[in-house]
Amino acid sequence: MLQQLEGSQALAKAIALCRPQVVCAYPITPQTHIVEGIGELVRNGTLKNCEFLNVESEMAAISVAIGSEAAGVRSYTATSSQGLLYMMEAVYNASGLELPIVMTLGNRTIGSPINIWNDHSDAMSVRDAGWLMLFAENNQEAVDLHIQAFKIAESIKCPVMVCVDGFVLTHAYEQVNIPEQNEVDEFLPKYNPHISMDKKHSYAIGAMVSPNDFMEVRYLAHKRQLDALDVISNVREEFLSKFNRNSGGLIRGYNIDGADTVIVAMGSVLGTIKDAVDNLNASGNEKFGVLSIISYRPFPQNEIKKALNQAKRVIVVEKAFALGKGGILSQEIELVLKGLNIDVISIIAGIGGRIITKQMLMECFENPKDKFQFLGLNRATIEKEYQSPCISKVGKE
Amino acid sequence: MSSLTMGNRFGRNTTVQSENNRPNSLTSGHRACQGCGEALAARCSLDAAYIETKGNIAVVNATGCLEVFSCAYPENSWNIPWVHSLFGNAAAVASGVAAAFKSQKKDIRVIAQGGDGGTTDIGMACLSGMFERNDDVLYICYDNEAYMNTGVQRSSATLTFARTATTLPNGQYMGNDIRTGKNVPEIAMAHGIPYVASASIGDIHDLEKKVKKAIHIKGAKYIQIHSPCPLGWGYPTENTIQLAKLAIKCGLYPLFEAENGVVVNSTAIDNIISVESYLKGQKRFAHLFGKNAQVNSWKVIQELANNHIRKYKLGEVVYE
Amino acid sequence: MFQVRLHGRGGQGVVTAAEMLSISAFLEGKHAQAFPSFGSERMGAPVQAFCRISENEIRSREPIMNPDAVIILDRTVIEPANAFSGLKENGYALINSSTKINVSLSKSLKIKCIGATEIALDLVGRPIPNAVLLGSFSALTNIIKIDSVIKAINTKFSGSIAEKNVKAAQIAYEQTLGGM
Repeated sequence: MLQQLEGSQALAKAIALCRPQVVCAYPITPQTHIVEGIGELVRNGTLKNCEFLNVESEMAAISVAIGSEAAGVRSYTATSSQGLLYMMEAVYNASGLELPIVMTLGNRTIGSPINIWNDHSDAMSVRDAGWLMLFAENNQEAVDLHIQAFKIAESIKCPVMVCVDGFVLTHAYEQVNIPEQNEVDEFLPKYNPHISMDKKHSYAIGAMVSPNDFMEVRYLAHKRQLDALDVISNVREEFLSKFNRNSGGLIRGYNIDGADTVIVAMGSVLGTIKDAVDNLNASGNEKFGVLSIISYRPFPQNEIKKALNQAKRVIVVEKAFALGKGGILSQEIELVLKGLNIDVISIIAGIGGRIITKQMLMECFENPKDKFQFLGLNRATIEKEYQSPCISKVGKE
Repeated sequence: MSSLTMGNRFGRNTTVQSENNRPNSLTSGHRACQGCGEALAARCSLDAAYIETKGNIAVVNATGCLEVFSCAYPENSWNIPWVHSLFGNAAAVASGVAAAFKSQKKDIRVIAQGGDGGTTDIGMACLSGMFERNDDVLYICYDNEAYMNTGVQRSSATLTFARTATTLPNGQYMGNDIRTGKNVPEIAMAHGIPYVASASIGDIHDLEKKVKKAIHIKGAKYIQIHSPCPLGWGYPTENTIQLAKLAIKCGLYPLFEAENGVVVNSTAIDNIISVESYLKGQKRFAHLFGKNAQVNSWKVIQELANNHIRKYKLGEVVYE
Repeated sequence: MFQVRLHGRGGQGVVTAAEMLSISAFLEGKHAQAFPSFGSERMGAPVQAFCRISENEIRSREPIMNPDAVIILDRTVIEPANAFSGLKENGYALINSSTKINVSLSKSLKIKCIGATEIALDLVGRPIPNAVLLGSFSALTNIIKIDSVIKAINTKFSGSIAEKNVKAAQIAYEQTLGGM
C-alpha cells in the first residue's frame, strides 16, 4: 500500500514483513528509528514469533545475530558509523561463518572529529569484510532492497548489508509502497536454514583452519561473492515480476546511451545528480548520463565496463575517500576502464553531511577543473587552521 | 566406571564421568596438552549437562585453548552442536542462540564456555549484558588464571604474585601485583541472576551436581570452574587434580552456590591446609620460596585464602 | 514544485509539522518529501525542516534554499536563522505571532501573523503550534486543502489530542480566511 512514511518507519515495516525471528538493537544515530519501529511492531503483535533484544553494544548486537543465525533463524540488526567499527571483528566473523544476517547500515561518517551526519566512510571501511553491500537510492528502493536482501543472503549463505544514507533517507518522509504480507511471503518463503544447532544437525561451526587450507576457504568466499552477481540480478528480476518495481540489481543506467559524460555514484545523492543532469541536458550540447551502483560488493566489473565503455569521460561522485590516496570508488572504476582511454574524475562530496546542491554539481559536471577534487571545500577554514599553532606545518596548502 | 563392591552400594553416588554411557561431548583425540585441566572440566560439565537434558544442549565457545585444541579443521572433537565465533562475544552469541530457540519454541539448553581471559576480561561486557537481560544461558568459565593459549600472560583472574609472561618477578616486582583482579562470581551475583556457583575439577561430584542443577534453571547462570594448567602454572602433568584439590583445601578456591544474588551454600573444608603447600608445587610461585625470596611474602596469599574462609564460611582460619 | 521551509525550536513540533504537511499533500495524490535539518535532538535549539510538494516524483535531496513559503513557529528564530533568506518574490511568510511583525525586506512578501501558540494553548492545552499553523497555511496558500490537513492530523494523532488539534487547525483556517 502506498504510504507517506519516514524512511526508518518504512524500513521497520518492510523488515517486519520479512518475518525475522531475532532482532537485536543497540542505539546509534541515525539508525535508531529503524529498530525502535521494529521493537514497536514486535510489542504490538504485528511481528509475531520474534525475539527483540536490547543489547549492551554493537558488538553484542551482531554477536546475537551470529548466534541466532547459527541456530537457524532469520536474524536482523542495524547500525551506523562508529557502531559498525565497534562490531568490526564480528562483521568479518559473520561472513566467514556463512551466516545470512541482514543488516541495515544507516550511513554516517566516522570520527574523530565526532560527526553524526551522512557520508559513506563507514561502509567503505568494511568493503573487504565479505558481506554483500547494496546501496539504496531512495526509500522505496531501501524497502525493496531489504526484502531482496534476505532472499539473496539465504540463497548463497552470505550476510548482506543494505546501505541507506543516514538522515537523508532514514529521516526523510516520502511516499513508499509497502507490500502486503502475503506478497512478501510468496517472494520470501519461510527460512530453510542449512544449519541449526539441534541434535539432528550436530555441526561444529567455526573451526580453526591452518595455512594448509585457509587460502582455499578464502577462495571459496571470494567465489561466493562472484556467484552472488547472478543471484542479485535474478532476485531483481523476480522482484520486478512480482512487485512490478525496478529496484535493486547490480547497476542502473539513466540516459546512458550516447552520453559523453557519465556520472557514477551510490546512494541518495543520485537523485540530486539526476536533476542536475536533466538541467544540463536541456541546455547544453554535451550529453550527460548517470550510472547508479547498487551492488558495491560484489563489484559488478563487467556490467560497469559495458555501461561506461562508450563514454568519453566518467565523473565519480563519492561520499568517502582513502586518506593519503584519494577516491575509493573512482579507483575501482578506473581499474575497470583501464586501457579504454576514458577520463575518470573523482569528486569527493558530502563528507560529514556537507550539503550537496544541484547547482554545485552542475558547475562541476560542466567544467571539472581537477581530476580529483572536493566539492565545496572551504579554503578559508583550511588557511585559518594552517595559521593555528596546534597544526603541524610540514607542508603548505 | 564404578564397580559394585560393598562401598558403592549405598545409593548410586557416582559421577557421569564414571559411567560407561558417558556421552563424551568432548571426545578423545583432541590436541590439548597432557594433564589439561580445562579439557577435563569441559568434558565433565558438558557430559553432565548432556545426560541431564538427554542431549538437548547447544554450546557456544569463546576463542582460547579449548576452541583451538578441539576443532582444527577438518577434525572436530565435539559430539554436540557447537559454534565458535570470537574471543569476547561468546555470551552474546549464546544469547542469540537462546533467542533463536525461544522464537522456535525449541527446548534446547544453551551453554556458553570460555577461559578466564575470554570471560573476565575481553568477554566481560557481553557477559554482563547476558546476565542483565537474564538470557536463558548457562555460562561456564574454565578458570586457569591466565591467558594460556597465547603463552601465559596475566589476566584479571591471575592470582596475586603469580609469575606470568607479563608479570615477571624481578627485583621489587614480585609477579602479579597485589590488590588486582576481579571476583567474577560476585559480579555475576550483583546482577541478581538466578544461579551462580564456583566449582573445581578437584571435586567432580560437586561440579557435576552444580551443572546438573544449573542447566534446568531458566534465566542466566554462571559457573566458574577452577582448571589447573600444567604449562602455565609449571607443575608435572599428573598433578592437575591434586593441585585443584589443594586450592580447595587451603581456601583459595571456595566452592559455593548463590541464588538470586545471595550465597545459599558453601562447601566446608574438612582439614584446612596452608596455602604454602598449594603454592610450592607450582613454578609460577617459585620466586616466593627460593633463596632470594622475601621471607613470608606468600602470606599475602594466605590472607586471601583466610578472607575466603571467613566470607564463605568454609571453616575456622588456622594459618594466620 | 512548491517548497516550504519551516523554522522553529526543538520541542515545538517543527519536524512533525513538515511531516503532516507532506502527508496532507500525499493524501491529495501529490508527491511530497519532508525532512529535518539533521542534528542532535535538543529541546529549545533552533530547528529547520523542509517540505517539497510536487505533481511529479521528487528526486533532489538538497535543502530548500529558495522556498515558496516559510512557516515560522517561533518568531525569535527569524533573525538568528535568517528565516527569510532565499524566499521567493511574492512568497509566503506564515509567522506564529499574536502581534504584527514589521519586516523590512527588499522583496514583497505575503506575510501572515497568527497567534498559533495562544490558539493551541486555548484549544489543545499545550503550546504546540504546528497543527494550528498548518490550518492557517492551507487558507493562506491554498496549496493543500483544509480537509487534507485534518486527515493528516488524524493520521499522526489519535483520540482527544487529534480532535483538539483538528479543531484548532479549523479555527486557524477560518481566522486566516477571514483576515484575507
